[in-house]
Amino acid sequence: MTTEPTASPPFSMRRVNAMVLRYWYLLRSSLFRILELMYWPAVQMLMWGFLQLYLAENAGFFARAGGTFIGAVLLWDILFRGQLGFSISFLEEMWARNLGNLMMSPLRPIEFVAALMIMSIIRLAVGMVPVTLLAIAFFGFNLYGLGFALAAFFLNLILTSWAVGILVSGLILRYGMGAESMAWTIMFIFLPLTCVYYPVTVLPDWLQPVAWSLAPTYVFEGMRHLIIDHVFRADLMLQALAVNAVYFAAAVMAFMALLNGARRTGTLMQIGE
Amino acid sequence: MTSPPAQPVVSVDHVVKVYKSTCAVDRISFALPPGSVTALLGGNGAGKTTTIAMIMGLVTPTEGAVTVLGASMPQRRYQVLHRMNFESPYVDMPKRLTVRQNLAVFAALYGVADVDERISELTHDLNLGEFLDRPNGRLSSGEKTRVSLAKALLNRPELLLLDEPTASLDPDTADWVRARLERYRHERGATLLLASHNMPEVERLCDRVIMMKRGRIEDDDTPGRLLARYDRQTLEDVFLDVARGRAEDREAAQ
Repeated sequence: MTTEPTASPPFSMRRVNAMVLRYWYLLRSSLFRILELMYWPAVQMLMWGFLQLYLAENAGFFARAGGTFIGAVLLWDILFRGQLGFSISFLEEMWARNLGNLMMSPLRPIEFVAALMIMSIIRLAVGMVPVTLLAIAFFGFNLYGLGFALAAFFLNLILTSWAVGILVSGLILRYGMGAESMAWTIMFIFLPLTCVYYPVTVLPDWLQPVAWSLAPTYVFEGMRHLIIDHVFRADLMLQALAVNAVYFAAAVMAFMALLNGARRTGTLMQIGE
Repeated sequence: MTSPPAQPVVSVDHVVKVYKSTCAVDRISFALPPGSVTALLGGNGAGKTTTIAMIMGLVTPTEGAVTVLGASMPQRRYQVLHRMNFESPYVDMPKRLTVRQNLAVFAALYGVADVDERISELTHDLNLGEFLDRPNGRLSSGEKTRVSLAKALLNRPELLLLDEPTASLDPDTADWVRARLERYRHERGATLLLASHNMPEVERLCDRVIMMKRGRIEDDDTPGRLLARYDRQTLEDVFLDVARGRAEDREAAQ
């Protein structure tokens, strides 16, 4: 028997696929979990859609700005559900008390994160595609009609959602299930600050730099420019991408630091329900 | 000419682990030669779990060095994790996945070459057939332990870490698990380290016992020599002597 260490691949798609398969098995094992993915986005979209219809009938501006609320709520759901999809998959390991098995396996943190990112897209697709079709049926709002702009919006929003999801996962690893509530609530601070339903100029002057320091603000501004003025602001998308790159890198570094902290303090041994 | 002694599979060298102000492990050293079966014994808070967690790379030592299969832990853990595995009744497998799905996922994580064939072998060896397609959450304790053991043996580990492998099992199932562990050790020449409170289990499986108390190693020898040294009939009595400090009292009286 040799006792010399051998090299193991620093990144293995096989291990990533194994984790995605694990979450896919879990998701498809319950119809209620699948329905739950669609339920809230559908409720929100219908509520904002009918509100927009009402306002359009009574205010000229909103008649011209048809679709901004529905567009905003759909894009907000990409941001919110993207993070939730990432975090819930991670929390499944905590609830199942399976993290010890994973941490003792050759699965590397970066592969774990990659699998969670893929799952967030799968969960998002399962939840959002039917809702976008409902938006067409009820309000004639075709999100896919945004074309390339939608791809740019989606890329920036999903990057932000992953960065937040990675940070929250690191906090849970380090501080245990006491930090679980962060997974459900942290994104709501983005709701007023990233100006989902109103332009940045509505904010007081001192708060506007804070808004511009958050990548989704550029996306929601860009969406309003596109729907109201019919102009695609590529400059806003590039700025969002730059901010996202910084946040994503910072989140990965924070995750690794929190994981190492968990190894020092022994919290990895205590994590569970 | 004699061959040089085999490099230890696990080497724990002057290791200290301090959590805030609590010293969980206090400057312990030991090495596990290839093919050995060693028990870590000690009462609650003796430092067994922390020691095993440091060997697994889940916890970073405050001082000292832990080396597993030639790689220092936790820094170089990914060089050797595919050659080791562990089993514990306190770490669950996902409940809503079937046994087959769970094993397939872990086989892929461990880089097992032919997943279906390996699952088939383990199904046969560990009698998993009748519940292979049942969700893990619907298994009895004994069945869960067998699945957990199957997961631990998926990658044919050279080093197997076991945390109370037969806790909460009925005597028949516990005996069955011990027999499988013995067979695996003989077939594979694997090194086993187990933490256990079950003294008959330790006497049957282990050729060495490390007794811990308050983070320190109190004694370290074969079961036979420990029985002789403490002048006891069972390891349970030796354990009680160490845990309650009776050995020290006796030495002081003499």
